[in-house]
Amino acid sequence: MAEPVQASHAHEKHHDEQSFWRKFIFSTDHKVIGVQYSMTGLAFLLFGFALMMLMRWQLAYPGEPIPFVGSLFGDNRAPGGIMLPDFYNELGAMHGTIMVFLGVVPLAVGGFGNFVMPLQLGAPDMAFPRINMLSYWFLFLGGVTMFASFFLPNGAAGNGWTSYSPLADIALNGQSAWLIGMIFLITSSLLGAVNFITTAVQLRAPGLTWMRLPFFCWAQIVTAFLLLLAFPPLEAAGVLQLMDRIANTSFFIPEGLVVGGEVLERSGGGSPLLWQHLFWFLAHPEVYVLILPAMGIVAEVIANNSRKPLWGYRSLVYSLVFLGFMSFLVWAHHMFITGMGSVMSTFFQTTTMIISIPSVIILSALFISLWGGSIRFNTPMLFALGFLPMFGIGGLTGLPLGLSAADIPLHDTYYVIGHFHYVVAPGTLFALFAGIYYWFPKVTGRKMNEFLGKLHFWPSFVFMNGVFFPMLIQGLNGVSRRLADGGVTYDFAGDVTGLNVMMSVSAWCLALAQIPFIINFFMSIRNGEKAGRNPWNSTTLEWLAPSPAPHGNFDQPIVVKRGPYEYSVPGSDQDFVPQADLVKT
Amino acid sequence: MEIPYTIEAHPETGLNNGKIGIWLFLASEVMLFGALFATFIMLRLGADGNWGAMQEEAELNVPLATLNTAVLIGSSLTMVMAWASLMRGQLARFRLFGWATVGCGGIFLVIKYFEYTAKFAHDHYPESNTFLAIYFAMTGLHALHVIGGMAWNAYFAGPGSKLFHRNRQWLTDRVEHSGLFWHFVDLIWIFLFPVFYLL
Repeated sequence: MAEPVQASHAHEKHHDEQSFWRKFIFSTDHKVIGVQYSMTGLAFLLFGFALMMLMRWQLAYPGEPIPFVGSLFGDNRAPGGIMLPDFYNELGAMHGTIMVFLGVVPLAVGGFGNFVMPLQLGAPDMAFPRINMLSYWFLFLGGVTMFASFFLPNGAAGNGWTSYSPLADIALNGQSAWLIGMIFLITSSLLGAVNFITTAVQLRAPGLTWMRLPFFCWAQIVTAFLLLLAFPPLEAAGVLQLMDRIANTSFFIPEGLVVGGEVLERSGGGSPLLWQHLFWFLAHPEVYVLILPAMGIVAEVIANNSRKPLWGYRSLVYSLVFLGFMSFLVWAHHMFITGMGSVMSTFFQTTTMIISIPSVIILSALFISLWGGSIRFNTPMLFALGFLPMFGIGGLTGLPLGLSAADIPLHDTYYVIGHFHYVVAPGTLFALFAGIYYWFPKVTGRKMNEFLGKLHFWPSFVFMNGVFFPMLIQGLNGVSRRLADGGVTYDFAGDVTGLNVMMSVSAWCLALAQIPFIINFFMSIRNGEKAGRNPWNSTTLEWLAPSPAPHGNFDQPIVVKRGPYEYSVPGSDQDFVPQADLVKT
Repeated sequence: MEIPYTIEAHPETGLNNGKIGIWLFLASEVMLFGALFATFIMLRLGADGNWGAMQEEAELNVPLATLNTAVLIGSSLTMVMAWASLMRGQLARFRLFGWATVGCGGIFLVIKYFEYTAKFAHDHYPESNTFLAIYFAMTGLHALHVIGGMAWNAYFAGPGSKLFHRNRQWLTDRVEHSGLFWHFVDLIWIFLFPVFYLL
């Protein structure tokens, strides 16, 4: 059979002659694309965090001018440096959007999934390298659209990251740009998901059966299915909301809606609840898109650093698949107070209780994996161990929210914010940091500095809790999450508003705690300790490739003979047995 | 570097990468249109019995839509003929049927254009009521899919057909995949036609 000839193959034959643009910008190599995704994700995480730090000033010291940067925002956002409520809303909506869709997802799925998964599968690249490149550039376009929307005359979207109608239908801010940006991001995720699943199905190395797959790959596969099937309804909803805004349709606008004392001139007949259904049909699986790759990373790091096989590998995999399936059936637990009816509430609180079971199995199995291990407390392991109790708090605080009766008083309070931030911030973000420290040697050929890594972990751990634990207390006291002044002008907020200062100071200290990471990250690229193929004495396939791996990944044939976590096998001369035998070193 | 199973089938799955990719993509398309059909149902149920009146007022042209249904079904036939011609190694026939498929898509869009302009001429816009809104949203999105399929097929019938001389099997596979998409777009119309025009 003739060799397929296509544009991307033409340059393979002249590997060394690849231009800078083909090699680093418009690359089809999954590793370069993975790094592009990761850097974009990290940059947006920092940007989203910066938005939050501004909000925290307003919450702790409402009505006082923002120090240092207050004069930069102009008179229509912050006259005299004092933040207006509209500006607060804009920051809040964009913080959520950016952190979820441009920070965590690109890093956890686009970055780690792209870089690590083909290596762990023993594949030379993704199944569709050019679609992979396209998917990154759609993300980039989406990011540019979101970022540029801040410079629109009326500012960026300010209707919450959930963009509830009818407010989002009629708001004068950058909601249309938000929707267009989301359509780019959704397209990017769809292309990526098709690629991930096809790669996992088709390109596993010989001998790599499904039950020999590292848990991280399972997590990426389930995540890809969630992205593939849950995102299109939001794309549909986005198009409809865009039509509501641009073509004056009434998909989400009820009859006789009164705005500013006047009846809105629209045909009406639409349903605001419909938006919520379509949105949460995506956004609940999206929660699992944020957490599953994190669980995958933590599982790899824990197995490697406890020098033990993962406890209950099969239960972990089955739980993961069941979790993915169930995540499509719980969305309306975000909507208990919408008046959708007690039959619906009963159904969705039942499914919500059911979905907590596999989550608990996964967390328990990871804890039990530590039992009797000879644990190495290096930086990736510290972050992975930090993930476990933090995700535990996040998950357990979610249970009351899944029950309709308990949710009604807690809905829209800081308790909800505390709950999901425990899942995503000290949960997912810690896992992502663990992954960065763990796979950094494979990307660059050098290890990150351990001392700076610990200087990053311990303050981050303390201040993360300093930010988010008081939120649970405030929320239980009934402080609404929608108050632009942190509650000082509201009697019901009571005596817990004083916690705002502590939370804000913690947030700023958390920012300082990231400085060792940033220094470590860039210094180690050139000056880190040199790492060989397998600096962590790990078993999975990515560590059989050279560090950094060349285009095409492996310099030797890969034939998998064992399961993914053969650590401390009795009778073996070293405490790990790689999945495939290393021919060349 | 060559990606395995780009052309030849994987021994275990019996499929090549492109076939799996296109089916996954179609699964996501089912969810996209599924959400829109769900929207249709919610709007119709929420219309308090006014739906029939809105539908009557819109005066959709059933004969034209019937003709369009026939045109699209015909295009599915030419699509299969194009693929079958490639299987037999007949390049000229493939190109003929390929362009015929694109042509049918074109006829569909022209008829759709006349339908739309007739609506606009009677001041029937998406903003008029929710029936027209969902009608324009769904048929519009479907029309975009038709345009996408036409571009895809035109590429293979035109410049892309050069691949025939280098790697016939690969071209055949790619045409098969674009055919799957084309049939899917056809199928969507088979649902849209009764939902909007007949029910």
